[in-house]
Amino acid sequence: MEGLNIPLNHILLVSSLLFSIGMLGLMIRRNIIFILMSLEVMLNAAALAFVAAGAHWGQPDGQIIFMLILSIAAAEVAVGLGLVLQVQRRFKTLDMDSANRMRG
Amino acid sequence: MAEMVWLVPLIPLLSSVMLMLCSANLPRLLIGLLGVGSVGAAALLTLSIGMDFLADPEPFQLTLWTWMQVSNFSPGIAFYFDGLTLVMMSVITGVGFLIHLFSTEFMEEDASYARYFAYLNMFVAAMLILVMADNLLLLYLGWEGVGVCSYLLVGFWYQNSANGQAARKAFVVTRIGDTAMALGLLLLFTELGTLDIQSMMAVANQQWQVGDTVPLIACLLLLGGAVGKSAQLPLHTWLPDAMAGPTPVSALIHAATMVTAGVYLIARTHDLFLLAPISMMVVALVGLATSLMAAFTALMQSDIKRILAYSTISQIGYMFLALGVGAWAAGIFHLMTHAFFKALLFLGSGAIIHYLHHEHDIFKMGGLRTKMPVTFWSFMIGSAALAALPMTSGFFSKDQILLQAYMMPGAGPWLWLGGLLGALLTAIYSFRLVFVVFFGEAKTEPDGDTGWRMAVPLVMLCGLAMIGGYFIIPVADVFPAVSGEHPAHWVEYVSISVPLIGLLLAYLIFHSRQINMDTLVNSSVGQLLRRFWFGGWGIDWLYDRVFVRPYYLLSGLMKNEPIDAIYGLIVAVNQTFNHWLAEAQTGQMRWYILSMVFGLIVLLTLALQIPLEAL
Repeated sequence: MEGLNIPLNHILLVSSLLFSIGMLGLMIRRNIIFILMSLEVMLNAAALAFVAAGAHWGQPDGQIIFMLILSIAAAEVAVGLGLVLQVQRRFKTLDMDSANRMRG
Repeated sequence: MAEMVWLVPLIPLLSSVMLMLCSANLPRLLIGLLGVGSVGAAALLTLSIGMDFLADPEPFQLTLWTWMQVSNFSPGIAFYFDGLTLVMMSVITGVGFLIHLFSTEFMEEDASYARYFAYLNMFVAAMLILVMADNLLLLYLGWEGVGVCSYLLVGFWYQNSANGQAARKAFVVTRIGDTAMALGLLLLFTELGTLDIQSMMAVANQQWQVGDTVPLIACLLLLGGAVGKSAQLPLHTWLPDAMAGPTPVSALIHAATMVTAGVYLIARTHDLFLLAPISMMVVALVGLATSLMAAFTALMQSDIKRILAYSTISQIGYMFLALGVGAWAAGIFHLMTHAFFKALLFLGSGAIIHYLHHEHDIFKMGGLRTKMPVTFWSFMIGSAALAALPMTSGFFSKDQILLQAYMMPGAGPWLWLGGLLGALLTAIYSFRLVFVVFFGEAKTEPDGDTGWRMAVPLVMLCGLAMIGGYFIIPVADVFPAVSGEHPAHWVEYVSISVPLIGLLLAYLIFHSRQINMDTLVNSSVGQLLRRFWFGGWGIDWLYDRVFVRPYYLLSGLMKNEPIDAIYGLIVAVNQTFNHWLAEAQTGQMRWYILSMVFGLIVLLTLALQIPLEAL
């Protein structure tokens, strides 16, 4: 582990790359499952940035925040999957655009 | 018996409510019985209470309950009964009863028979409350009540929009006076701490000296109310127009009772007016000016009801003159006799109008003497009393007023002279009416003479107009006695002879035509004066230019709410932006995300930009 010294910049680059991919997925995907997956990717991109920053500064905060993000992601997925089930039941489809009936 | 006095206004009020609620289901006979009977019952009750009172003339007060209790202000529904109240109640219920009876025949064909009697009964109830009230607030209730009834009855035939306008005019013009009166009440309450008339007068006498400013202001404000209600200068313009109502209404409201409410108000608060001699002088001058102005106008009118309306204004002017010179009892006496003979004249004109196909123009009548004998004699007696020919009721009351005006120190003889001129004019215009309508050649054929329901009130009022002058009204305890030297005999002889001269002049001009006025009338000055007097001294014209038209102009401008338009602009701008922003709410999830990301990029760019430039 000692020898593996990746510069912080590289990690942050990967992290923002991951984040952009997730965001792009969020924007162009219509399937609700893929939207949830994109969200996970974005969350993990942020988590990665935290861990890297924590390691760089030698502080535990980054890992603590990582744990927080992990639990938030779990909670989010729980709620999100519940919504997915409801959408599937109501609209017989997983297309996000069909769930716009609340539009006033 | 005396504690039954509250029943007197209650009976007409109940009858009115009954007529209003079940007018559709009642047969006409029952409506008539209810309408006339309730006032008749009130009259009988007044009579018996009056008998008791005359046997033992002790004023009494009757509190039914407390109207409202606010801090130290607690006006009661309470009645006060003394000689003045008795006179007013007798006139209202007695003359009122006769007019109601007359109305049953006059309004026989009318579709809104029940509505008519409902209003008329309500009027009687309100007028009784006005004169019986123990405090000025209750008096004000009655005061406004009669105003409403007057409005409803002037506009009784509302299908014709001119009548509605006349009613509105009557209401609005009297409202100006009423506002002044309300201010007067407020002032009196803040100064004296009570509105209870008797204790108010006592406190006022203790608190104020003769000639103080506050009672002067209060008196002038009260006078404002009286001037509006009693159609005196400068608020008299509503009364001639109020003739749009049915003629018995004119007889009851606009001759015998309501328009004399102002006289009653001043007489009732005479202690206050005695504390402000200037206000008394104003009352006298207003009365005299009104009386002369209206007499000249009456001389030129051709509508039978307008002649009588101006004559009423003129006679109330006499009452004001009497009040102004401190001849309180004479003023109230003239109020009573005037109620008799003016009701008689109005009912007579009602009979003529009814049987002459609703003809109002006296120059289209003529020769009715033989065709309508009852009406003819009513008019003869009524006009004689109006002109104050000796031995009629009007003679006694007007003579008293003129003599006591003469006795007033200072301006007395001048007021007397003005009054004499008025008396001369009164005699001329009243007999002009008689000669033109009843003598000469017939121009329109009447449908017949009066039926019994019209004849009985006419005959009874004839009797009252003849003997009314011998009544002794029990107001000696109410008013202070008139002091002063009795004038010389020649003053009295002149006062007696002036109406006779007027009668002679009217005879020579309008009947035998020995004095030919044509050249005078047809000259340019004569024409100008004629038009000027015919139009009531141009006062209506003036008010129209000064108040009515600017008001209409202003309301025309305000109709589009120019100030509201500013706020309207703000609303419009907001709505436009709202519309634009609402367009963004598509309900498409990805659209939202896209715009969020776009916004984020913009913000980040800006955030990066600023520190760079700052560096």
